[in-house]
Amino acid sequence: MRLWRRRRISTPGLTCNEVVELVTDYLEGCLDAPTRARFETHISLCDGCSEYIEQLAKTRALVGALHEEHLSEPARHRLMSAFHDWREQGP
Amino acid sequence: MVLSGPAHQALQLKNISFAASVNPSDPVPSPVRPPALSGPDIELVNALRRGDTAAFGRIVDEWSPTMLRVARYYVRSDASAEDVVQEAWVAALKGLQGFEGRSSLRTWALRIVANIARTLAIKEGRSSSLADPGPGGPAVARQRFQGPGEPHPGSWREAPAPWPSLPESQVLASEAYEVVREAVGTLPEAQRTVITLRDLDGLSSEEVCDVLGITAGHQRVLLHRARATVRTRVEPYFAARSRS
Repeated sequence: MRLWRRRRISTPGLTCNEVVELVTDYLEGCLDAPTRARFETHISLCDGCSEYIEQLAKTRALVGALHEEHLSEPARHRLMSAFHDWREQGP
Repeated sequence: MVLSGPAHQALQLKNISFAASVNPSDPVPSPVRPPALSGPDIELVNALRRGDTAAFGRIVDEWSPTMLRVARYYVRSDASAEDVVQEAWVAALKGLQGFEGRSSLRTWALRIVANIARTLAIKEGRSSSLADPGPGGPAVARQRFQGPGEPHPGSWREAPAPWPSLPESQVLASEAYEVVREAVGTLPEAQRTVITLRDLDGLSSEEVCDVLGITAGHQRVLLHRARATVRTRVEPYFAARSRS
């Protein structure tokens, strides 16, 4: 069910400032085939844009390392009690 | 923390109404026999239905952070979010017999959280910030690119400097971590929710759209702005490091 609107860029080649706006669409797999081809051609030739994409990958990894905010211990304790009650009562 | 409000009532377990909290695609009839399941969740669901405390404890620990984030997207405070998550767990247990496996159990549980949180947000008079993607500028400042009168309009004036790679073991101790934490914390709510669900919790774009009830296009806009903003905020940190 992927009826995403495809982004179409009219210029034959992409400029760097266009590429940085298309990165997310590229990574999400929703560029149309011609634009994806132009995108890939551009980054294969452009050190600046490949470094930009590398930086975004590092940014995502840093976000992925953020501490999780957990339930408070009392809340967790209450949930475990609720589970026991639920188990005792039967579904 | 003193618990009051909805979660406290929910934990009484008796009369909680969760009709509004369960997605219509997974109705909760009172089947004599639970629906047959297949797929990766089958063992987990069966363990929970058997009353396996360890299995329940494990998913409470694994999923609650994500559930808190989804709840916090809608409700006013961290305390309300915690109430919502507790209520959602109880509703999920009550609805477990009717879980049909049309989505993953986690997505199903997150939908329950979102539904309860939306209901509470309406009571709190908090209009959801869902529709507001937050300010959108270019992903990279325009002055980083050459202008119309220059030799290569739209090209980098100066290519971004390579970032040193940060060994995983050093991430938590690094200033970069603090910079990222603060950058994510100050994003507009909708952006923060989407970037953390995607890049921290590892939800797929389909799951995010399903749980938050947003379109794929909107999800992408939020993710794009959020990642671009966080990258921009971290860039000076790495630039300073590579100079030193």
